[in-house]
Amino acid sequence: MMGSDHMHRRWSNLRKVLERSGPFCRPDFEPSTETLQFLLDNCKILVIGAGGLGCELLKDLGLMGFRQIHIIDMDTIELSNLNRQFLFRHKDIGSSKAEVAAKFINSRIPGCNVISHCCKIQDKAEDFYRQFHIVICGLDSIIARRWINGMLLSLLVYEDGELDRSSVIPMIDGGTEGFKGNVRVILPGLTACIECTLDLYPPQVTYPLCTIANTPRLPEHCIEYVKVIQWPKENPFECAIDGDDPQHINWIYEKSIERAAQFGIQGLTYRLVQGVVKNIIPAVASTNAVIAAACATEAFKLASSCSASLNNYMVLNDIDGIYTYTYEAEKKEDCVACSQVPKEIEINSPKFKLNDLIEFLCEKPDLQMKNPGLTAYINGKNKTLYMQTVASIEERTRENLTKTLVELGLRNGSEINVADITTPSAIVLKLKFVYCNSDM
Amino acid sequence: MASPAPKSPEQSERNRKYDRQLRLWGDHGQAALEGAHVCIINATALGTEILKSLVLPGIGAFTIVDGKKVTSEDIGANFFLETDSVGKSRAQVATQMLLELNSDVRGDYIDEEPDQILYNSPDFFNNFTVVVATCLAEKSLVLLSQRLWELNIPLIVCRTIGFIAYMRIQVKEHMVIETHPDNEIPDLRLDKPFETLKKHVDSVNLDALSFKDHSHVPYLIVLYKFLEKWILSKGELPNSYKEKSQLKQMIREGMRRDENDISNSEENFEEAVKAVNTCVGHTEIPENVTNILNDDQCINLTAKSSSFWIIAKAVKDFVENEGGGLLPLKGTLPDMTADTEKYITLQQIYHKQAIADAEAVWRRTLQLLRQLGKSSDSIPERDVKLFCRHALNIHVGRGTCIADEYDCKVFDASNIVQCLENPESMMIYYVILRGVEKFQTEYNSYPGEFDDQVEPDIVKLKACITKLLSEWGCGPLVKDDYVHEFCRFGGAELHSVSGFLGGLAAQEVIKFVTNQYKPVHNTFIYDAVTSNSGTFFF
Repeated sequence: MMGSDHMHRRWSNLRKVLERSGPFCRPDFEPSTETLQFLLDNCKILVIGAGGLGCELLKDLGLMGFRQIHIIDMDTIELSNLNRQFLFRHKDIGSSKAEVAAKFINSRIPGCNVISHCCKIQDKAEDFYRQFHIVICGLDSIIARRWINGMLLSLLVYEDGELDRSSVIPMIDGGTEGFKGNVRVILPGLTACIECTLDLYPPQVTYPLCTIANTPRLPEHCIEYVKVIQWPKENPFECAIDGDDPQHINWIYEKSIERAAQFGIQGLTYRLVQGVVKNIIPAVASTNAVIAAACATEAFKLASSCSASLNNYMVLNDIDGIYTYTYEAEKKEDCVACSQVPKEIEINSPKFKLNDLIEFLCEKPDLQMKNPGLTAYINGKNKTLYMQTVASIEERTRENLTKTLVELGLRNGSEINVADITTPSAIVLKLKFVYCNSDM
Repeated sequence: MASPAPKSPEQSERNRKYDRQLRLWGDHGQAALEGAHVCIINATALGTEILKSLVLPGIGAFTIVDGKKVTSEDIGANFFLETDSVGKSRAQVATQMLLELNSDVRGDYIDEEPDQILYNSPDFFNNFTVVVATCLAEKSLVLLSQRLWELNIPLIVCRTIGFIAYMRIQVKEHMVIETHPDNEIPDLRLDKPFETLKKHVDSVNLDALSFKDHSHVPYLIVLYKFLEKWILSKGELPNSYKEKSQLKQMIREGMRRDENDISNSEENFEEAVKAVNTCVGHTEIPENVTNILNDDQCINLTAKSSSFWIIAKAVKDFVENEGGGLLPLKGTLPDMTADTEKYITLQQIYHKQAIADAEAVWRRTLQLLRQLGKSSDSIPERDVKLFCRHALNIHVGRGTCIADEYDCKVFDASNIVQCLENPESMMIYYVILRGVEKFQTEYNSYPGEFDDQVEPDIVKLKACITKLLSEWGCGPLVKDDYVHEFCRFGGAELHSVSGFLGGLAAQEVIKFVTNQYKPVHNTFIYDAVTSNSGTFFF
């Protein structure tokens, strides 16, 4: 073991900013030796995702004095991770990302205590999430971000409508794509949350079915055709497409080439097929390093309160020089997730069917649900209107889809509970019938 | 099936490993990266973070120059050192640990102070692709900068102190063909159609089309037709917002009406309306490209001219002859609602014209090579094609020598004075960092490095800055709080601040090595407290 003198000097860089006061510190900051001790011994951080950002985050946090770190990721290591996920080696391919990453950090940074969880975020309950001081997300999935956002919001405690500040667990969110990235700091219940700014995420590129079936023009149209129409029809391997199975990709590639040739479409490559089938987002080590570092800086500032936090959104683009832009994303007054106000949904026709409502929930830019399950209190009973995720219930409630809301017993002012994979707890929607009675 | 199915290409291990980045800079960018040799001066946390983001994507080779021994402080901030490496050569340990990241990369080190190398073996730096220096003292920096300026090797100087990061890029001249602009305007030539395009569009009669065909004509043709009609009556392109709105209205009215005289919403016509803003305009050569084509280097080729300038001259000759005042056609079409046959036909017309233009430029390139007495294979045809495809967005950057910033006879401080008038300007950090350098030269330590010296160092640092400003002919600085803040930092290197700049600096190296994307021009400053950054030119 190294002596305390070594330990003292090891953290001398951090101690300068934690044990000295400065003109730009937060007004409530008290320089002391206790802050570093708090970071080292008590401050518990959860890192979500052990990918490109997650690996960087563990290193950054470990060298910024954090030692009580948990990491959660369900994925295993693949060859294409190694160009940026620097805690993994060739021999680790197939192993759990969270486990290998934790082990590496614990051996490289003495005293660091990273605990790994190889599972889905949905497998952990409120008690797990409640133990952390800060949660940092390094995810490529919007659904997972929304779920965590919802989880942290569900941990908030309100007393007489007043938010209990001690129940707020800050969420730092990083994201990258190619040479672009963003960092945001969310104080659940206090500042804009993921759902408040959901329309910032660009909608996923989709191709109309009629284009891919009848009038393909791009190589992507040919690949989509094979994926969506030809695969289910021919079912070559008697299973769903696995983007990681080279045999599957080969089959799709070969069929797409045939289709492209048939229509005279140029430019279909194997790389493009992989990209479309697996929805691959380009990624490079440098951008992940930059964004993760900015997240770690925010965690350090929040935990030590030595400086003000990023307020509250930063975007980065280093294609043309280096461009950063910082702005304050605004909290939405009627945010479904964080406003405490049931969201009103305007129904403008008596013919509005349950199916229309579900479609509306999936397509509205500020809701973007995936497969919502709906229940409501009707005539004093809790009734399931529709639920896709459970086969037996789906079958039983399918007939409701073509019924109008009125036929289902819903009235102006009725509240509907909506469950979806984008949120850990159901949200409440309030129906507002805006058509006049003469329409009926 | 009658014909044998096409075989899938074998995916090499390398292709699979680098897949996510090959989608950004391509196989040719990767080849350039793998052929590069970068030198890093000082294996500080910042130095190794830069290298990490170069070793992972597979840079050919690196060399670390660092004469220091590993200390406990180093280990606290630097991930590529280990507890038991205290006292060992920092260059050696960092090299070993970085090489573990990627077996494709070669790395070596020189366990010597950069100063010694600069004095004793000045040719040492001659063969690097890029040199990156972190934590380099003023005097050595000036020497290194002059040396690399003469060699035209890009130099990137980085440092972080506390929450502040600084990066300065020095390059004499840097040419980029693939700048990868975020919003590329399509090169459609509606106002100046080439012969085959004109012939094709003339062969389409919108009024004679069936209902189905009418809604499957690519919007490009729709736009062309209405633009033609417009020009016929008004004599020139619509310019103002009002005129463009009128053209949009014309197009909307051109939609087919159904039996109830209700206009059908035809998607292709809607697209044509939307495209009025982006696609209707004078096709011309952008100003920065004109400047490149009129550059001395382009006009006065010599046997030493780089292939960039030779191709640029060939393009210039093309513009003045076959091109009729326009650049070679890009040859790509955006996607648009259309049936396959109509779209592909149109696509082929653009594609073929682009090939013909590129061939003309290629012939002119060969002619120039002959005139210069160079062999015809000194420029591959694919380079000419690449140049033609990106001719609208080529970029030439010319920088300045860092040493000039340290020579008050040539240094122009008016830019600084002007910036400082804005109280929010990040220029203040440049001034203070220069003061810190002066402090280091004078006192051989960072201001505030020792706990009992913070207060006295504030006075000393202020004096350094005042002296500097007077050398530049500027008045004194009244921002004591910034001076105080830097003394609080005491030269501390915070890992996450170095991690931030390290990633950015690595990306700048990649820009130089791959000749893709535009580098910073030429000074970048970042404040991790506010997350704001600024770019300045010296």
